[in-house]
Amino acid sequence: MIRDYENRPKTCDLAIIGAGPAGMAAAVTAAKAELTVVILDEGEGPGGQIYRDVEQSTPPRQRVLGPDYMAGGNLAAELRASDAIYLARSTVWNISTNRLIDYSCEGTSYQLQAKYILAATGTVERACPIPGWTKPGVTTVGALQILLKSAGIVEENAIIAGSGPLLWLVASQMAAAGSPPIAIVETTPRGRFQAALPHILGAVRGHRYLRKGLSLIRKVRAANVPIYTGATELEVLGEFEATGLRFVSKGRQHSLSARRVALHQGVVPNPQITRLLGCDHRWDKMQHCFRPVTNKRGLTSFENVYVAGDGGGIMGAVSAALQGRLASLDIARKLGKALADRPARLEAGLTKDGAVRPFLEALYAPAPEFISPSDDVKVCRCEEITAGAIRKAVDLGAPGPNQVKSYLRSGMGPCQGRVCGLVVAAIIAERRDVCMDDIGYFRIRPPLKPLHLSELAGFHPLGELGQ
Amino acid sequence: MIASSKISADLIIIGGGIHGCCAAMFAAQRGMDVVVIEKDTVGRHASGVNAGGVRRLGRDFVEVPISQHSMDLWYKLSDLVDDDCGFQIAPQIRLAETTEEMERLKQRVTQLQGMGFDHEIVMDQAELRRRLPAVSDHVVGGIGSLRDGFAQPYQTTFAISRRAKRDGARIFENEAVRQVAKVSQLWEVSTDQNTYSAPNVLNCAGAWAGRIAESLGETAPVEAVAPMMLVTSRLPHFCDAVIGVAGRPLSFKQMPNGTVVVGGGRLGRADPSKNLSEMIFPELRLTAATAMDIFPIMAKATIVRSWSGVEGRMPDRIPVIGPSGTHKGLYHAFGFSLHGFQMGPGVGDIMAELIANGSTQWPISAFSIERFKDNPAERR
Ligand SMILES: Cc1cc2nc3c(=O)[nH]c(=O)nc-3n(C[C@H](O)[C@H](O)[C@H](O)COP(=O)(O)OP(=O)(O)OC[C@H]3O[C@@H](n4cnc5c(N)ncnc54)[C@H](O)[C@@H]3O)c2cc1C
Repeated sequence: MIRDYENRPKTCDLAIIGAGPAGMAAAVTAAKAELTVVILDEGEGPGGQIYRDVEQSTPPRQRVLGPDYMAGGNLAAELRASDAIYLARSTVWNISTNRLIDYSCEGTSYQLQAKYILAATGTVERACPIPGWTKPGVTTVGALQILLKSAGIVEENAIIAGSGPLLWLVASQMAAAGSPPIAIVETTPRGRFQAALPHILGAVRGHRYLRKGLSLIRKVRAANVPIYTGATELEVLGEFEATGLRFVSKGRQHSLSARRVALHQGVVPNPQITRLLGCDHRWDKMQHCFRPVTNKRGLTSFENVYVAGDGGGIMGAVSAALQGRLASLDIARKLGKALADRPARLEAGLTKDGAVRPFLEALYAPAPEFISPSDDVKVCRCEEITAGAIRKAVDLGAPGPNQVKSYLRSGMGPCQGRVCGLVVAAIIAERRDVCMDDIGYFRIRPPLKPLHLSELAGFHPLGELGQ
Repeated sequence: MIASSKISADLIIIGGGIHGCCAAMFAAQRGMDVVVIEKDTVGRHASGVNAGGVRRLGRDFVEVPISQHSMDLWYKLSDLVDDDCGFQIAPQIRLAETTEEMERLKQRVTQLQGMGFDHEIVMDQAELRRRLPAVSDHVVGGIGSLRDGFAQPYQTTFAISRRAKRDGARIFENEAVRQVAKVSQLWEVSTDQNTYSAPNVLNCAGAWAGRIAESLGETAPVEAVAPMMLVTSRLPHFCDAVIGVAGRPLSFKQMPNGTVVVGGGRLGRADPSKNLSEMIFPELRLTAATAMDIFPIMAKATIVRSWSGVEGRMPDRIPVIGPSGTHKGLYHAFGFSLHGFQMGPGVGDIMAELIANGSTQWPISAFSIERFKDNPAERR
C-alpha cells in the first residue's frame, strides 16, 4: 500500500484504468516491453467484474464459479509478477485533457500524469426500466453475481428475469451453490432465433461459446427451475418493496412471489471515461449501444487515449485480453520499445473469438418494452423522472439528452446517468424519430464517482509537490 | 432546409442565451418581426448552466438601477412566460469574516441608501445567527437583500425562448453567424445555411461576441472564462439563503431538494473556439475549503457532479449594453462578467425599447462599448 505522496507514482508511460482481463493483459504486455505502467482499479484485488476477487477464491467457491472464472487467476498472478505498479482501491474521478489523472485512494486524492491512457473500464448492465424496477428488493443479475464472487452469498428467494448469456451463467452458478433461482422469466421475444439464423456460421465457428451456453441452460433445467419463455408485460409487484413479478408468457398472465427480483438485459460499454474526454462515439445497431470510435489497435479519437475490452464494445473476456495486448503493443511501438508479441497473431485471435458475437447479439437484443418504457415508468431513479416527463420535454422542444437533463434533472443525480443514459437517449430518438447518432448522449462531468468535499479540500495536486 | 434562401426581419439577434431570448420576447411583444440565430441550441452556454442566482445584492453601483428593473420583471416572469422557471424568492446574504470586511459592507449599504435604494440591509452577528444557525462562529455579520432569489437556468431560458416564439419570434438553432455586413442600408447576416436581412442587429453572443463586434470595427475586449460549480448529494435542510462571502470567492445555496450548489468565481479553462470548458480541480479545491470554513456541516458533503460553462468577461467586470459606436442599427448586450443571468429580463426589455424607439429611459451610458475605444484594458 503506497500511502504517502513521496512514494506514489507521479508520471508514467501508460496508465491503465481497470484491472479486468483487458487491463491486466495490457499491463503485463506493456511492462514486458519496459514501459513504466501504472494500473488503477477500484477493487480490492485484480480481476475486474468477471474475475472479481479471483485471488481470494476458496476451492468450494471455485467449484461454483467454474473454470472460466479461474482462468483469471493466472492473469492476476502474471500481473503481480510484472513490473507494472498496481494500485488497488483507487478510483479515477477525473482526467484532464492533458492526460492528468485525478484519483482517490482510501479517502485521499492524488494525481498521476500519463503519456498514454488505456481505458479498460468494462461494462455496465443495461437498465431494465419496467414498472416497479426502482423498488427496494429489485436488483440486477450482475449484482447477484458480485455477491456470489466476493462474499460467497447466494440469494435464496430470487426470480431472475430478462435475457442474455449472463442470466444463464448466474442461474447455473446459483444452482451449483445449492440455491437455484425460484424461476427464470426469459424475455427473448419469439422469432429471435430465426432473426439470428443468418449469423449461424459465425456461431458454428464459435461453437465453444454455444456449447457452454447450452450446458448452462441444461444445468439450470436439471435443477428443476421453472422457466417461462417469451415473457412480456413485466411488472414488479409490491407496494413499498418488491414482493414478486407479474408477466405474460405464452398468452397467460403469471404472478410469482419472491423476495428479490433480479433483472438483466445484457451489458453495454461503460461510457464514463471516453465520454468525459469527449471521444467520438457511434451507435452500434447490433449491440444497441454507443461504442467509442477506435482504430484496430484501440486508439480513440482523443490523442494517446486507447480503449480495450468491453468498454469499446461487448466482446467478452478472451477478446478483452487480446485487445489489451494489442493496445499495449501499439503504445510500446510508438514509444520505440521492443515488441515481445505479434499484432497479427492477436488480431487473428480476435477474429476467431468474436465469430459468435453477431449470433448472440441478434438473439439477445433487448426486447422493445425495455427500450421504450411506458409513460408512467420511472426512468431516472436518482431524480425520479418518468418516461412520460421526458417525452413531454421533447414535445416542448428539448432536442437532446443534455437539454432534457438541464430541464428535468434526469441524469443529474449521484449515478450521473450511468443507469438511465441510454434509455433517455432512446426515448428522445423515438419521440423525435431521429437516429441515435444525432441524439447523442449526456455530457459526462467529473467527479466520475462521488467525492467527499473534504477530500477535495485536502487534495494535493502534483504541481505543488515540486514536480 | 433550402440553401441560401433570404429571410427578412426587423431585428436579427445573434445568440440564443437569456439575453438574446429576452430581447427577442420583448421586441416581438412590441410588434417587431424578430429572428434569433443560435449556433448551438437555446441555453446551451452560460444561460443554461449558470448557478441560477437572481441577485441584486453587491452589484456595481452603475448596475443597480437596471438590476432593480430586472428584479421587478423576475417577480412577474412566471406569468409572462407561463412557466415557474424554478424561480423562488430567497434572501441573498454576503458574509463578513473580519470586522474590516464588515465595515466595508456597511459603508456600501449607506452609499446605496444615499442613491435611493434600500433593498440591501445590514445584519449583525446575532441576526445572522438567527437566519443561518449553521454558519461558522467566526463570521462577524453581513449584508442581505431579502427579496432576491434563484431560478433554474435552463428551464428559465428555455421557457423564455418558447414565449418569444409564441409572440412571433423565429429562432434558428444549430446555425452559426459567419458574417455580418451592411448591404444598401440593411444588415445582411449569413450562416452556412441562410442569409438574413434586417435594419437592426443585436449582438448577444456572450463569450463569442467580441469577434462579431470587432469585425464591425469596435474595440471589444471580451475574455472567455469558465466559472466552475459543484453540487453535493442531499443534506438535511440547513440554509434558506443564497450565500456569498465578502473576502473570498464563494456562492453557495441549498436547493429545495437538499443538494448544495457551490461555486463562486474560481475559473477553469475555457476554449470558446471548441465550445468547451474544463474543470481545474486544484482551483476548485479552494472553493471546497471556503464552503467548509463557512458551513462546517459541509465537511460531511459528497460531491456528485461538477460543471463549468463558457462566459464572457469584460476587463472592468461590467457588461456592454447599448448602441454600437461604429454603426447605425447595430446594438450590443454581452460580456455579463459572471453575473448576467439576473439581468436578462431587464436588459432584454431595455434593448427592445432602445431598438424600437431609438432611446431608453434607463441609465445605460456606463455600459457603452465606446469605453474601450482608446483603452481596451480599462478596469474599474
Ligand atoms: C458556471 C456559471 C455560473 C454563473 N452563475 C450566475 C449566477 O448565479 N447569477 C447570475 O446572474 N449570473 C451567473 N452567471 C453568468 C450568466 O450565466 C451569464 O452572464 C449570462 O447567462 C449571459 O447570457 P448571454 O445570453 O449573454 O450569454 P450566453 O448564454 O453565453 O449566450 C450566448 C449565445 O450566443 C451564441 N453564439 C455565439 N456566437 C454565435 C454566432 N456566431 N452565431 C450564432 N450564435 C452564436 C452562443 O452559442 C450562446 O448560446 C454564471 C455563469 C456561469 C458560466
